[in-house]
Amino acid sequence: MTGALDGTRVVELGWAAAGPLVGTYLAQHGADVIHVESSTALDPFRSTYPPFKDNIVGPDRAGMFAFYNAGKRGVTLDLKQPRAVELALRLVKTADVVIESFPAGTLARRGLGLDALRRARSDLVILSSCNQGQTGPHAQHPGYGSQLTALAGFNELLGEPDRTPVILYGPYIDYIAVGYGVIAILAALERRRRTGEGCVIDLSQYEAGLQFLTPAMLEHAANGIAPTRDANHDRMAVPHGVYPTEGEDRWVALSVWSDDEWARFRVALGDPQWSSDAGLATAAGRRAREDELDSRIAQWTRAHPREEIVDALRANGLRAAPVESVAELFDDAQLAHRGVWRRAAHAGLGEIGLMAPPFALSETAARPDRAGPTLGEHNEAVFKGLLGLGADEYASLAADGVFA
Amino acid sequence: MTALLDGLRVIEIAADDVWGASAAAHAARILADLGADVIKVEPPTGDPVRAVPPFLHDRAGADRGLLWIALNVNKRGVRLDLPRERDRLRALVSSADVLVQSREVVDAPTAASWSPSLVVVTLTPYGLTGPLAGVPASDLEVTASSGALALAGEPDRAPVRTTLPQSPFWSGMYAAMGALFALAARAATRRGQQVDVSGQASMVTVHPPACVHWDVAKEEHTRLGAFLIGRSTVGARFRNIWECADGHISFAIQGGPIGRHTGRMLASWIRERSFAAPRFLAIDWDAFDNRTLTQEQVDALEGELGAFFRTITKREFFAGVIERNMLGYPVADASDVYADAQLRAREFWQETPIDGTTLPFPGGFALFDGERPRIRRGAPRLGEHDAEVLGAVTA
Repeated sequence: MTGALDGTRVVELGWAAAGPLVGTYLAQHGADVIHVESSTALDPFRSTYPPFKDNIVGPDRAGMFAFYNAGKRGVTLDLKQPRAVELALRLVKTADVVIESFPAGTLARRGLGLDALRRARSDLVILSSCNQGQTGPHAQHPGYGSQLTALAGFNELLGEPDRTPVILYGPYIDYIAVGYGVIAILAALERRRRTGEGCVIDLSQYEAGLQFLTPAMLEHAANGIAPTRDANHDRMAVPHGVYPTEGEDRWVALSVWSDDEWARFRVALGDPQWSSDAGLATAAGRRAREDELDSRIAQWTRAHPREEIVDALRANGLRAAPVESVAELFDDAQLAHRGVWRRAAHAGLGEIGLMAPPFALSETAARPDRAGPTLGEHNEAVFKGLLGLGADEYASLAADGVFA
Repeated sequence: MTALLDGLRVIEIAADDVWGASAAAHAARILADLGADVIKVEPPTGDPVRAVPPFLHDRAGADRGLLWIALNVNKRGVRLDLPRERDRLRALVSSADVLVQSREVVDAPTAASWSPSLVVVTLTPYGLTGPLAGVPASDLEVTASSGALALAGEPDRAPVRTTLPQSPFWSGMYAAMGALFALAARAATRRGQQVDVSGQASMVTVHPPACVHWDVAKEEHTRLGAFLIGRSTVGARFRNIWECADGHISFAIQGGPIGRHTGRMLASWIRERSFAAPRFLAIDWDAFDNRTLTQEQVDALEGELGAFFRTITKREFFAGVIERNMLGYPVADASDVYADAQLRAREFWQETPIDGTTLPFPGGFALFDGERPRIRRGAPRLGEHDAEVLGAVTA
């Protein structure tokens, strides 16, 4: 066995991030994931969202699509045509899992509702992932992940108390929903292996995101306090912050979690006069004077290179890390050691960087080694090879625009 | 309905630091919600998460921490004094399918000798091997090492993290995912394996577009406060967080069919209120393309919209976007989320008895065949299940 999901087939209907990235995790672990899309209503990651190769827009020049659909086969079907729907159902018949991430009700209107899918195969695991779930008064409301992130309460908790909240980069909540979507499918497959039952999963990206905010919700329910943003302060550690270092826009993150760590922190700083103040020896004392403490620490950090500070603190068993820029991640020795970044060939982009999952399996390692498909790349392989369409039938369907 | 992970046993070993203990606890909580029998092993002094504020009704206590409660419902708990009681740990672990830990209390060879079919999940800040193996970190340092910190904050101030630590949730989620992949493999091979989860690598997954932009176009994204980038072909940035009458809202000037519909709807809303926004009201939405606006044009339009938004409240804005089927949401706080009609209609909240009171707990993360996984029991008191669990395994 090479992949944990070898022998599992997944049919995926969806676009952008929240649906397709679920399929990518499954594909990287050996599943045969067939991504079904339309060339007439293009995935916005093929048509709209930069970056494109050489900044020229084109469906096979899109970095986002190639990344978010890594490891899959790709076919095109114009699902407005009944014969395309019929082919989609024939594909589903061969599959263990269906992933869909369109607004609630979209697939049912195309003849691909739950009943039709389960008639094709009764023990399917079906994941429907959308913004707010399949039911309820806001089920049909359109939304983007970045704004749903705000609705769930993340942004309220991010930023400076004296300014507006700031954005959490990208559609943050979508990636939480992706993780829970993969978990839901794997757990349903686990049950199916034991009982033979399929499962219909209704995943609201909003509800999935709220799992990460449970303590904030409970604080409001229990204590009547709606928590808000507090820059980099922490409720236990003090000092706890991000401080400027030598150089332009370079920062170090550090935190002190006990009075014993404070004593070691002073040693790392070279035991300056101000730090010997007995009032700072306890967490309560340090918290009472946190602003003063932060400016003292910043004075010290500003005078030293970032790596030197990190090394000095780590050498004393303390917690510290460079604030790495995105470009620096690609040179990060630890991420490189784990093989996080992979490069894959791609017909339109030349090459694209892919990301391995953040967990490493010792026996059935993920294989993030194939970029997303070009538009319709596997039409022949799937419709002729897998479904057995003859050459004439395939040509006639193609001429009728069924594979559009 | 059979719970998805019915019959599966998970042992979680509490760590001695808050980050590791939180991350492992979240991983095991997910498996517990799906029906696994999760037994949490704590040192006699208790899991360090028990000491994290805030506390229920603001009264400190080992069973009253809200983070503790959030991460440990649906589990049973036992005390073990390790390494002294290692034999008991061995008996417990040998009865299990999955072990979740945040340092190598049980290493790979030991695990294989105890139980060849055991899946061993170990979550650490940077991973079990490599130059940073064994280096300690909390949420702040893990987030800093991942690029996620560099992408949040005001350009004229330090990068910021989410005030409620997020990396333990992300790492725990990926640990649960890794465990389930390993169980899928085990179904074919009958053998367990090691799952090595890195907090740093977990947090790299929260911002793929920034990585793709750098990789494909060598454009580096960085923190821009309340503004979005990556939507413009001429490099303009768009405001995404705005002040309103009683807080903040999330909205952006956008193109595409839904963006143009949103623009039209907002224009008619502004007209209904007879609010002055001459530039915005002059837009021909059929021809509108946000990608080609210059920064000067964006700023002028946003100046008008900012003045309008300051006249409406968060909840008025929310009602308005729902009624008009347009994009945009309030920047909600916990009180807004509890009031949300959608979550109530989907019966998301679960009234859960906790220490003499009842708390509306966020419910299971999805509906499975129409059913939401329940919170079946509260978080365990220290050693609450010593007799019931340890009695059974040593007998």
